[in-house]
Amino acid sequence: MPALTEVADAIIRGDHAGVAALTRQVIREGIPPKTILDDGLIAGMTVVGDRFRSHEIFLPDVLLAAKAMYAGMDELRPLLIREGVPPIGRVVIGTVRGDLHDIGKNLVGIMLKGAGFEVIDLGHDVAPEKMVRAAEEQGAAVIGMSALLTTTMPVMRETVELLRARKLDGAIRTVVGGAPVSEAFARDIGADAYGFDAGNAVDVVKALVGRA
Amino acid sequence: MRPLLERLAAGDVLVGDGAMGTMLLERGLPPGRPPESVTLSNPEALEEIARLYLDAGADLLETNTFGGSPLKLALYGLEAETEAVNREAVRAARRVAEGRAYVAASCGPCGRLLEPYGDATADAVYGSFRWQIEVLVDAGADCIFVETMTDLVEAQLAVRAAKSVSPRTPVVATMTFDRTPRGPYTIMGVSVAAAADGLEQAGADAVGSNCGTGIEDMIPIAREFRAASRLPLAIQPNAGLPRAVGGRTVYDETPASLAERAKELAAIGVSIVGGCCGTTPAHIAALRAMVDGLPGGRRASPRP
Repeated sequence: MPALTEVADAIIRGDHAGVAALTRQVIREGIPPKTILDDGLIAGMTVVGDRFRSHEIFLPDVLLAAKAMYAGMDELRPLLIREGVPPIGRVVIGTVRGDLHDIGKNLVGIMLKGAGFEVIDLGHDVAPEKMVRAAEEQGAAVIGMSALLTTTMPVMRETVELLRARKLDGAIRTVVGGAPVSEAFARDIGADAYGFDAGNAVDVVKALVGRA
Repeated sequence: MRPLLERLAAGDVLVGDGAMGTMLLERGLPPGRPPESVTLSNPEALEEIARLYLDAGADLLETNTFGGSPLKLALYGLEAETEAVNREAVRAARRVAEGRAYVAASCGPCGRLLEPYGDATADAVYGSFRWQIEVLVDAGADCIFVETMTDLVEAQLAVRAAKSVSPRTPVVATMTFDRTPRGPYTIMGVSVAAAADGLEQAGADAVGSNCGTGIEDMIPIAREFRAASRLPLAIQPNAGLPRAVGGRTVYDETPASLAERAKELAAIGVSIVGGCCGTTPAHIAALRAMVDGLPGGRRASPRP
Protein backbone atom coordinates (compact mmCIF):
# COMPACT_ATOMS: atom_id res chain seq x y z
CA MET A 1 0.00 0.00 0.00
CA PRO A 2 1.52 3.31 -1.06
CA ALA A 3 1.90 5.73 1.80
CA LEU A 4 0.64 9.27 1.44
CA THR A 5 4.25 10.42 1.44
CA GLU A 6 4.55 8.74 -1.96
CA VAL A 7 1.74 10.92 -3.23
CA ALA A 8 3.52 13.97 -1.84
CA ASP A 9 6.83 12.85 -3.34
CA ALA A 10 5.23 12.40 -6.76
CA ILE A 11 3.90 15.98 -6.55
CA ILE A 12 7.35 17.25 -5.61
CA ARG A 13 8.77 15.41 -8.65
CA GLY A 14 6.07 16.94 -10.84
CA ASP A 15 4.93 13.48 -11.93
CA HIS A 16 1.28 14.05 -12.78
CA ALA A 17 0.56 10.55 -14.08
CA GLY A 18 2.15 9.15 -10.93
CA VAL A 19 0.08 11.39 -8.69
CA ALA A 20 -3.15 10.40 -10.44
CA ALA A 21 -2.33 6.67 -10.16
CA LEU A 22 -1.19 6.89 -6.54
CA THR A 23 -4.23 8.94 -5.57
CA ARG A 24 -6.54 6.35 -7.14
CA GLN A 25 -4.66 3.67 -5.23
CA VAL A 26 -4.94 5.33 -1.81
CA ILE A 27 -8.62 5.99 -2.48
CA ARG A 28 -9.08 2.24 -3.12
CA GLU A 29 -7.19 1.51 0.11
CA GLY A 30 -9.96 3.35 1.89
CA ILE A 31 -7.94 6.26 3.20
CA PRO A 32 -10.35 9.14 3.92
CA PRO A 33 -10.36 11.74 1.12
CA LYS A 34 -9.67 14.56 3.55
CA THR A 35 -6.56 12.76 4.81
CA ILE A 36 -5.38 12.18 1.23
CA LEU A 37 -5.88 15.85 0.50
CA ASP A 38 -4.08 17.13 3.59
CA ASP A 39 -1.28 14.59 4.03
CA GLY A 40 -0.73 13.80 0.36
CA LEU A 41 -1.57 16.57 -2.06
CA ILE A 42 -1.29 19.66 0.15
CA ALA A 43 1.72 18.23 1.98
CA GLY A 44 3.53 17.84 -1.36
CA MET A 45 2.70 21.35 -2.52
CA THR A 46 3.78 22.77 0.84
CA VAL A 47 7.27 21.34 0.31
CA VAL A 48 7.28 22.72 -3.24
CA GLY A 49 6.21 26.15 -2.01
CA ASP A 50 8.89 26.18 0.68
CA ARG A 51 11.60 25.18 -1.79
CA PHE A 52 10.45 27.88 -4.21
CA ARG A 53 10.57 30.49 -1.46
CA SER A 54 14.10 29.49 -0.54
CA HIS A 55 15.11 29.58 -4.25
CA GLU A 56 16.04 25.88 -4.21
CA ILE A 57 13.68 25.41 -7.16
CA PHE A 58 12.22 27.75 -9.77
CA LEU A 59 8.92 28.41 -11.46
CA PRO A 60 9.05 25.45 -13.91
CA ASP A 61 9.23 22.98 -11.01
CA VAL A 62 6.33 24.73 -9.30
CA LEU A 63 4.24 24.62 -12.47
CA LEU A 64 4.87 20.90 -12.97
CA ALA A 65 4.10 20.20 -9.31
CA ALA A 66 0.88 22.21 -9.55
CA LYS A 67 -0.17 20.25 -12.65
CA ALA A 68 0.54 17.04 -10.74
CA MET A 69 -1.50 18.23 -7.77
CA TYR A 70 -4.43 19.11 -10.05
CA ALA A 71 -4.26 15.57 -11.49
CA GLY A 72 -4.65 14.24 -7.94
CA MET A 73 -7.45 16.70 -7.22
CA ASP A 74 -9.34 15.50 -10.30
CA GLU A 75 -9.39 12.01 -8.76
CA LEU A 76 -10.25 13.24 -5.30
CA ARG A 77 -12.79 15.99 -5.99
CA PRO A 78 -15.87 13.77 -6.51
CA LEU A 79 -15.21 12.09 -3.17
CA LEU A 80 -14.63 15.36 -1.35
CA ILE A 81 -17.92 16.64 -2.72
CA ARG A 82 -19.77 13.42 -1.87
CA GLU A 83 -18.47 13.50 1.69
CA GLY A 84 -19.19 17.20 2.01
CA VAL A 85 -15.59 18.15 2.74
CA PRO A 86 -15.44 21.91 2.16
CA PRO A 87 -12.36 23.61 0.68
CA ILE A 88 -10.44 25.51 3.35
CA GLY A 89 -11.63 28.65 1.70
CA ARG A 90 -12.66 30.26 -1.54
CA VAL A 91 -10.61 33.17 -2.87
CA VAL A 92 -11.28 35.55 -5.75
CA ILE A 93 -8.07 36.89 -7.28
CA GLY A 94 -7.28 39.32 -10.07
CA THR A 95 -4.97 42.04 -11.34
CA VAL A 96 -6.80 45.33 -10.85
CA ARG A 97 -8.46 47.46 -13.53
CA GLY A 98 -5.96 49.13 -15.83
CA ASP A 99 -3.19 46.67 -15.10
CA LEU A 100 -2.12 43.87 -17.44
CA HIS A 101 0.66 42.32 -15.37
CA ASP A 102 -0.37 38.89 -14.19
CA ILE A 103 2.71 36.74 -13.57
CA GLY A 104 2.68 37.42 -9.83
CA LYS A 105 -1.07 37.01 -9.56
CA ASN A 106 -0.91 33.67 -11.40
CA LEU A 107 1.76 32.46 -9.01
CA VAL A 108 -0.38 33.43 -6.02
CA GLY A 109 -3.24 31.43 -7.56
CA ILE A 110 -1.06 28.34 -7.95
CA MET A 111 0.18 28.57 -4.37
CA LEU A 112 -3.33 29.11 -2.98
CA LYS A 113 -4.65 26.07 -4.87
CA GLY A 114 -1.65 24.14 -3.62
CA ALA A 115 -2.67 25.01 -0.08
CA GLY A 116 -6.17 23.67 -0.68
CA PHE A 117 -8.03 26.88 -1.48
CA GLU A 118 -10.60 27.09 -4.22
CA VAL A 119 -9.42 29.91 -6.46
CA ILE A 120 -11.57 31.98 -8.79
CA ASP A 121 -9.12 33.81 -11.05
CA LEU A 122 -10.73 36.77 -12.79
CA GLY A 123 -7.60 37.49 -14.84
CA HIS A 124 -6.23 40.99 -15.43
CA ASP A 125 -7.81 44.43 -15.81
CA VAL A 126 -10.54 43.56 -13.27
CA ALA A 127 -12.85 46.38 -12.15
CA PRO A 128 -13.84 46.68 -8.45
CA GLU A 129 -17.50 45.95 -9.24
CA LYS A 130 -16.59 42.70 -10.99
CA MET A 131 -14.29 41.67 -8.17
CA VAL A 132 -16.90 42.29 -5.47
CA ARG A 133 -19.74 40.72 -7.42
CA ALA A 134 -17.73 37.56 -8.08
CA ALA A 135 -16.78 37.25 -4.41
CA GLU A 136 -20.38 37.74 -3.33
CA GLU A 137 -21.89 35.34 -5.87
CA GLN A 138 -19.28 32.66 -5.28
CA GLY A 139 -19.27 33.00 -1.52
CA ALA A 140 -15.59 33.84 -1.40
CA ALA A 141 -14.08 34.74 1.95
CA VAL A 142 -11.18 36.69 0.49
CA ILE A 143 -10.43 38.97 -2.46
CA GLY A 144 -6.77 39.04 -3.53
CA MET A 145 -5.71 42.00 -5.64
CA SER A 146 -2.49 42.50 -7.56
CA ALA A 147 -0.98 45.58 -9.23
CA LEU A 148 2.41 46.25 -10.78
CA LEU A 149 1.73 49.82 -11.83
CA THR A 150 1.61 52.60 -9.27
CA THR A 151 -1.03 54.18 -11.49
CA THR A 152 -3.41 51.28 -10.89
CA MET A 153 -2.84 50.88 -7.16
CA PRO A 154 -5.71 53.31 -6.33
CA VAL A 155 -8.13 50.74 -7.81
CA MET A 156 -7.34 48.57 -4.80
CA ARG A 157 -8.70 51.33 -2.57
CA GLU A 158 -11.84 51.54 -4.72
CA THR A 159 -12.47 47.83 -4.22
CA VAL A 160 -11.99 48.07 -0.46
CA GLU A 161 -14.37 51.03 -0.33
CA LEU A 162 -16.96 49.28 -2.49
CA LEU A 163 -16.97 46.35 -0.05
CA ARG A 164 -17.46 48.80 2.79
CA ALA A 165 -20.29 50.63 0.99
CA ARG A 166 -22.07 47.31 0.46
CA LYS A 167 -21.41 46.33 4.08
CA LEU A 168 -19.51 43.29 2.91
CA ASP A 169 -16.26 44.20 4.64
CA GLY A 170 -15.70 41.74 7.42
CA ALA A 171 -17.49 38.96 5.54
CA ILE A 172 -15.16 39.37 2.56
CA ARG A 173 -11.58 40.20 3.53
CA THR A 174 -9.00 41.81 1.23
CA VAL A 175 -5.34 41.12 0.62
CA VAL A 176 -3.15 43.15 -1.73
CA GLY A 177 0.24 42.58 -3.32
CA GLY A 178 2.54 43.43 -6.23
CA ALA A 179 5.97 45.03 -6.65
CA PRO A 180 5.06 48.64 -5.73
CA VAL A 181 2.56 47.65 -3.01
CA SER A 182 3.64 47.83 0.60
CA GLU A 183 2.36 47.03 4.07
CA ALA A 184 1.93 50.76 4.69
CA PHE A 185 -0.11 51.16 1.49
CA ALA A 186 -2.34 48.23 2.47
CA ARG A 187 -2.98 49.82 5.84
CA ASP A 188 -3.58 53.22 4.27
CA ILE A 189 -6.32 51.97 1.94
CA GLY A 190 -7.92 49.83 4.65
CA ALA A 191 -7.10 46.44 3.13
CA ASP A 192 -7.13 43.59 5.64
CA ALA A 193 -3.68 42.30 4.69
CA TYR A 194 -0.60 42.57 2.50
CA GLY A 195 1.33 39.65 0.99
CA PHE A 196 4.92 40.38 0.01
CA ASP A 197 5.28 37.33 -2.23
CA ALA A 198 3.26 34.33 -3.38
CA GLY A 199 4.29 32.12 -0.47
CA ASN A 200 3.59 34.83 2.06
CA ALA A 201 0.21 35.50 0.40
CA VAL A 202 -0.84 31.95 1.27
CA ASP A 203 0.11 32.43 4.93
CA VAL A 204 -1.74 35.73 5.01
CA VAL A 205 -4.90 34.32 3.39
CA LYS A 206 -4.83 31.36 5.79
CA ALA A 207 -4.66 33.80 8.69
CA LEU A 208 -7.58 35.79 7.26
CA VAL A 209 -9.80 32.70 7.11
CA GLY A 210 -8.62 31.52 10.51
CA ARG A 211 -6.73 28.49 9.20
CA ALA A 212 -3.16 29.55 9.93
CA MET B 1 25.71 55.03 -40.44
CA ARG B 2 28.32 52.41 -39.71
CA PRO B 3 26.83 48.96 -39.27
CA LEU B 4 26.01 48.31 -35.61
CA LEU B 5 28.15 45.17 -35.38
CA GLU B 6 31.20 47.08 -36.64
CA ARG B 7 30.77 49.65 -33.88
CA LEU B 8 30.41 46.94 -31.25
CA ALA B 9 33.46 45.09 -32.57
CA ALA B 10 35.47 48.31 -32.47
CA GLY B 11 34.78 48.62 -28.75
CA ASP B 12 32.44 51.61 -28.96
CA VAL B 13 30.01 52.02 -26.07
CA LEU B 14 26.50 52.80 -27.30
CA VAL B 15 23.69 54.34 -25.30
CA GLY B 16 20.26 52.70 -25.43
CA ASP B 17 17.00 54.50 -24.71
CA GLY B 18 14.69 54.44 -21.69
CA ALA B 19 11.20 53.32 -20.71
CA MET B 20 8.32 53.23 -23.18
CA GLY B 21 5.24 52.14 -21.19
CA THR B 22 5.26 54.95 -18.64
CA MET B 23 5.88 57.51 -21.40
CA LEU B 24 2.82 56.18 -23.26
CA LEU B 25 0.64 56.30 -20.14
CA GLU B 26 1.61 59.96 -19.76
CA ARG B 27 0.49 60.50 -23.35
CA GLY B 28 -2.98 59.07 -23.06
CA LEU B 29 -2.57 55.29 -23.31
CA PRO B 30 -5.77 54.11 -21.60
CA PRO B 31 -4.86 52.00 -18.56
CA GLY B 32 -5.64 48.38 -19.30
CA ARG B 33 -4.87 48.66 -22.99
CA PRO B 34 -1.62 47.28 -24.36
CA PRO B 35 1.06 49.84 -25.37
CA GLU B 36 0.93 48.52 -28.94
CA SER B 37 -2.60 49.90 -29.33
CA VAL B 38 -1.12 53.44 -29.36
CA THR B 39 0.76 52.62 -32.55
CA LEU B 40 -2.54 52.49 -34.39
CA SER B 41 -4.36 55.29 -32.57
CA ASN B 42 -1.59 57.82 -32.01
CA PRO B 43 1.66 57.14 -33.91
CA GLU B 44 2.67 60.78 -33.29
CA ALA B 45 3.18 59.89 -29.63
CA LEU B 46 5.75 57.29 -30.68
CA GLU B 47 7.65 59.86 -32.70
CA GLU B 48 7.55 62.32 -29.83
CA ILE B 49 8.99 59.74 -27.40
CA ALA B 50 11.65 58.64 -29.89
CA ARG B 51 12.64 62.29 -30.40
CA LEU B 52 12.96 62.83 -26.65
CA TYR B 53 15.32 59.88 -26.39
CA LEU B 54 17.24 60.87 -29.52
CA ASP B 55 17.70 64.40 -28.17
CA ALA B 56 18.83 62.90 -24.85
CA GLY B 57 21.61 61.18 -26.74
CA ALA B 58 20.43 57.62 -27.35
CA ASP B 59 22.27 55.74 -30.11
CA LEU B 60 19.53 53.12 -30.28
CA LEU B 61 15.79 53.82 -30.38
CA GLU B 62 13.55 50.93 -29.44
CA THR B 63 10.27 50.41 -31.21
CA ASN B 64 6.90 50.10 -29.46
CA THR B 65 6.67 46.43 -30.39
CA PHE B 66 7.57 44.70 -27.10
CA GLY B 67 4.20 42.90 -27.08
CA GLY B 68 3.87 42.83 -30.85
CA SER B 69 4.06 39.09 -31.42
CA PRO B 70 0.74 37.74 -32.67
CA LEU B 71 0.48 35.36 -29.70
CA LYS B 72 0.76 38.28 -27.29
CA LEU B 73 -1.52 40.55 -29.32
CA ALA B 74 -4.12 37.77 -29.33
CA LEU B 75 -4.50 38.27 -25.57
CA TYR B 76 -6.05 41.66 -26.40
CA GLY B 77 -7.88 40.63 -29.54
CA LEU B 78 -5.32 42.47 -31.67
CA GLU B 79 -3.77 39.51 -33.48
CA ALA B 80 -5.20 40.67 -36.79
CA GLU B 81 -3.27 43.93 -36.35
CA THR B 82 0.13 42.19 -36.15
CA GLU B 83 1.27 43.60 -39.48
CA ALA B 84 0.19 47.19 -38.80
CA VAL B 85 1.32 47.29 -35.16
CA ASN B 86 4.85 46.23 -36.04
CA ARG B 87 5.23 48.07 -39.34
CA GLU B 88 3.94 51.42 -38.10
CA ALA B 89 6.03 51.29 -34.92
CA VAL B 90 9.23 50.73 -36.92
CA ARG B 91 8.25 53.50 -39.33
CA ALA B 92 7.67 55.95 -36.48
CA ALA B 93 11.09 55.22 -34.97
CA ARG B 94 12.66 55.27 -38.44
CA ARG B 95 11.30 58.75 -39.19
CA VAL B 96 13.02 60.09 -36.07
CA ALA B 97 16.19 58.00 -36.14
CA GLU B 98 17.15 58.43 -39.77
CA GLY B 99 20.92 58.58 -39.97
CA ARG B 100 21.36 59.50 -36.32
CA ALA B 101 20.39 56.39 -34.35
CA TYR B 102 19.78 52.70 -34.92
CA VAL B 103 16.20 51.45 -34.89
CA ALA B 104 16.15 48.56 -32.43
CA ALA B 105 13.00 46.51 -32.86
CA SER B 106 11.77 45.28 -29.49
CA CYS B 107 10.59 41.70 -29.25
CA GLY B 108 9.34 40.65 -25.81
CA PRO B 109 7.91 37.42 -24.39
CA CYS B 110 4.85 35.94 -26.10
CA GLY B 111 2.91 35.86 -22.83
CA ARG B 112 2.35 32.13 -22.92
CA LEU B 113 4.23 29.35 -21.18
CA LEU B 114 5.85 26.72 -23.33
CA GLU B 115 5.05 23.04 -22.92
CA PRO B 116 5.32 21.16 -20.61
CA TYR B 117 4.83 24.03 -18.13
CA GLY B 118 2.11 25.67 -20.17
CA ASP B 119 0.17 24.88 -23.31
CA ALA B 120 2.14 26.73 -26.01
CA THR B 121 4.04 24.55 -28.46
CA ALA B 122 7.55 25.49 -29.58
CA ASP B 123 6.30 25.57 -33.18
CA ALA B 124 3.55 28.05 -32.33
CA VAL B 125 5.92 30.34 -30.41
CA TYR B 126 8.57 30.19 -33.14
CA GLY B 127 5.96 30.90 -35.79
CA SER B 128 4.62 33.82 -33.79
CA PHE B 129 8.07 35.43 -33.44
CA ARG B 130 8.80 34.79 -37.11
CA TRP B 131 5.65 36.58 -38.19
CA GLN B 132 6.44 39.60 -36.02
CA ILE B 133 10.11 39.76 -37.02
CA GLU B 134 9.37 39.44 -40.74
CA VAL B 135 7.39 42.65 -40.48
CA LEU B 136 9.99 44.37 -38.27
CA VAL B 137 12.83 43.59 -40.68
CA ASP B 138 10.80 44.40 -43.76
CA ALA B 139 9.84 47.76 -42.27
CA GLY B 140 13.50 48.65 -41.83
CA ALA B 141 14.63 47.71 -38.32
CA ASP B 142 18.43 47.95 -37.93
CA CYS B 143 18.54 45.27 -35.26
CA ILE B 144 16.26 43.10 -33.15
CA PHE B 145 16.17 43.38 -29.35
CA VAL B 146 14.90 40.12 -27.89
CA GLU B 147 14.33 41.27 -24.32
CA THR B 148 12.88 40.70 -20.84
CA MET B 149 13.06 36.96 -21.43
CA THR B 150 12.94 34.58 -18.46
CA ASP B 151 12.59 31.26 -20.32
CA LEU B 152 15.78 30.42 -22.23
CA VAL B 153 13.92 28.19 -24.68
CA GLU B 154 11.54 31.01 -25.60
CA ALA B 155 14.46 33.44 -25.97
CA GLN B 156 16.25 30.97 -28.24
CA LEU B 157 13.13 30.53 -30.37
CA ALA B 158 12.95 34.30 -30.83
CA VAL B 159 16.66 34.60 -31.70
CA ARG B 160 16.43 31.69 -34.15
CA ALA B 161 13.30 33.17 -35.70
CA ALA B 162 15.14 36.47 -36.21
CA LYS B 163 18.15 34.77 -37.75
CA SER B 164 15.97 32.69 -40.05
CA VAL B 165 14.17 35.81 -41.28
CA SER B 166 17.37 37.80 -41.78
CA PRO B 167 20.75 36.25 -40.96
CA ARG B 168 22.50 39.61 -41.36
CA THR B 169 20.28 41.63 -39.01
CA PRO B 170 22.03 41.84 -35.62
CA VAL B 171 20.18 40.31 -32.67
CA VAL B 172 20.73 41.57 -29.14
CA ALA B 173 19.21 39.13 -26.64
CA THR B 174 18.73 40.05 -22.98
CA MET B 175 17.08 38.25 -20.09
CA THR B 176 15.66 39.37 -16.74
CA PHE B 177 17.21 38.04 -13.55
CA ASP B 178 16.16 38.07 -9.90
CA ARG B 179 18.51 38.19 -6.95
CA THR B 180 18.66 34.83 -5.16
CA PRO B 181 20.96 33.48 -2.44
CA ARG B 182 22.67 31.47 -5.19
CA GLY B 183 23.23 34.51 -7.39
CA PRO B 184 21.16 35.88 -10.26
CA TYR B 185 18.59 33.53 -11.81
CA THR B 186 15.56 34.18 -13.97
CA ILE B 187 12.24 33.18 -12.42
CA MET B 188 12.36 30.18 -14.78
CA GLY B 189 15.68 29.13 -13.22
CA VAL B 190 18.17 30.26 -15.88
CA SER B 191 21.63 31.28 -14.64
CA VAL B 192 23.69 34.00 -16.32
CA ALA B 193 26.17 31.43 -17.63
CA ALA B 194 23.37 29.31 -19.09
CA ALA B 195 21.81 32.39 -20.69
CA ALA B 196 25.12 33.53 -22.20
CA ASP B 197 25.77 30.10 -23.60
CA GLY B 198 22.25 29.37 -24.83
CA LEU B 199 21.68 32.76 -26.46
CA GLU B 200 25.00 32.55 -28.31
CA GLN B 201 24.19 29.04 -29.51
CA ALA B 202 20.90 30.33 -30.88
CA GLY B 203 22.80 32.95 -32.88
CA ALA B 204 22.63 36.15 -30.79
CA ASP B 205 25.20 38.80 -31.71
CA ALA B 206 25.13 40.42 -28.27
CA VAL B 207 23.79 39.18 -24.94
CA GLY B 208 22.96 40.63 -21.55
CA SER B 209 20.19 41.69 -19.23
CA ASN B 210 17.35 44.20 -19.01
CA CYS B 211 14.56 45.06 -16.55
CA GLY B 212 14.66 43.47 -13.08
CA THR B 213 15.41 45.67 -10.12
CA GLY B 214 18.11 48.26 -10.74
CA ILE B 215 21.71 49.07 -11.57
CA GLU B 216 22.94 47.69 -8.25
CA ASP B 217 21.98 44.14 -9.20
CA MET B 218 23.04 44.63 -12.83
CA ILE B 219 26.72 45.12 -12.03
CA PRO B 220 27.28 41.56 -10.74
CA ILE B 221 25.10 40.27 -13.59
CA ALA B 222 27.26 42.10 -16.14
CA ARG B 223 30.37 40.67 -14.50
CA GLU B 224 29.01 37.14 -14.79
CA PHE B 225 28.11 37.71 -18.44
CA ARG B 226 31.62 39.05 -19.10
CA ALA B 227 33.14 35.95 -17.52
CA ALA B 228 30.83 33.63 -19.46
CA SER B 229 30.80 35.19 -22.93
CA ARG B 230 33.02 36.81 -25.53
CA LEU B 231 30.05 38.46 -27.23
CA PRO B 232 29.34 42.19 -26.86
CA LEU B 233 27.16 42.85 -23.80
CA ALA B 234 23.98 44.91 -23.43
CA ILE B 235 22.71 46.02 -20.01
CA GLN B 236 19.49 48.02 -19.56
CA PRO B 237 18.41 48.29 -15.89
CA ASN B 238 15.21 49.65 -14.39
CA ALA B 239 15.42 52.84 -12.36
CA GLY B 240 15.01 50.71 -9.25
CA LEU B 241 11.56 49.49 -8.26
CA PRO B 242 8.58 51.85 -8.36
CA ARG B 243 7.23 53.03 -5.02
CA ALA B 244 4.03 54.91 -4.41
CA VAL B 245 4.59 57.87 -2.15
CA GLY B 246 1.53 59.93 -1.38
CA GLY B 247 -0.17 58.86 -4.59
CA ARG B 248 2.87 59.65 -6.70
CA THR B 249 5.17 57.18 -8.42
CA VAL B 250 8.74 57.45 -7.22
CA TYR B 251 11.75 55.67 -8.66
CA ASP B 252 14.73 55.76 -6.36
CA GLU B 253 17.36 55.81 -9.07
CA THR B 254 18.11 59.37 -10.11
CA PRO B 255 19.74 60.06 -13.48
CA ALA B 256 22.95 61.13 -11.75
CA SER B 257 23.21 58.06 -9.52
CA LEU B 258 22.40 55.72 -12.43
CA ALA B 259 25.10 57.26 -14.60
CA GLU B 260 27.63 57.25 -11.78
CA ARG B 261 27.10 53.56 -11.09
CA ALA B 262 26.92 52.71 -14.79
CA LYS B 263 30.59 53.69 -15.07
CA GLU B 264 31.18 50.28 -13.54
CA LEU B 265 29.37 48.68 -16.50
CA ALA B 266 31.75 50.39 -18.92
CA ALA B 267 34.68 49.20 -16.82
CA ILE B 268 33.37 45.63 -17.06
CA GLY B 269 33.28 46.03 -20.84
CA VAL B 270 29.58 46.46 -21.56
CA SER B 271 28.88 47.70 -25.11
CA ILE B 272 25.26 48.87 -24.88
CA VAL B 273 24.11 50.75 -21.77
CA GLY B 274 20.50 51.91 -21.59
CA GLY B 275 17.43 51.92 -19.38
CA CYS B 276 14.27 49.94 -18.85
CA CYS B 277 11.16 50.57 -16.68
CA GLY B 278 11.15 53.92 -14.89
CA THR B 279 14.05 55.44 -16.82
CA THR B 280 13.41 58.76 -18.56
CA PRO B 281 15.11 60.95 -21.14
CA ALA B 282 16.96 62.55 -18.19
CA HIS B 283 18.43 59.13 -17.27
CA ILE B 284 19.52 58.62 -20.88
CA ALA B 285 21.07 62.09 -21.04
CA ALA B 286 23.07 61.27 -17.90
CA LEU B 287 24.24 57.98 -19.42
CA ARG B 288 25.20 59.85 -22.63
CA ALA B 289 27.35 62.28 -20.64
CA MET B 290 28.97 59.40 -18.76
CA VAL B 291 29.79 57.52 -21.98
CA ASP B 292 31.11 60.68 -23.64
CA GLY B 293 33.44 61.06 -20.68
CA LEU B 294 34.98 57.62 -21.27
CA PRO B 295 38.39 57.70 -22.92
CA GLY B 296 37.61 57.80 -26.64
CA GLY B 297 34.01 56.71 -25.98
CA ARG B 298 35.37 53.20 -25.82
CA ARG B 299 34.95 50.36 -23.39
CA ALA B 300 37.38 50.73 -20.53
CA SER B 301 38.51 47.15 -20.77
CA PRO B 302 38.74 45.02 -23.89
CA ARG B 303 36.85 41.78 -24.11
CA PRO B 304 38.81 38.75 -22.88
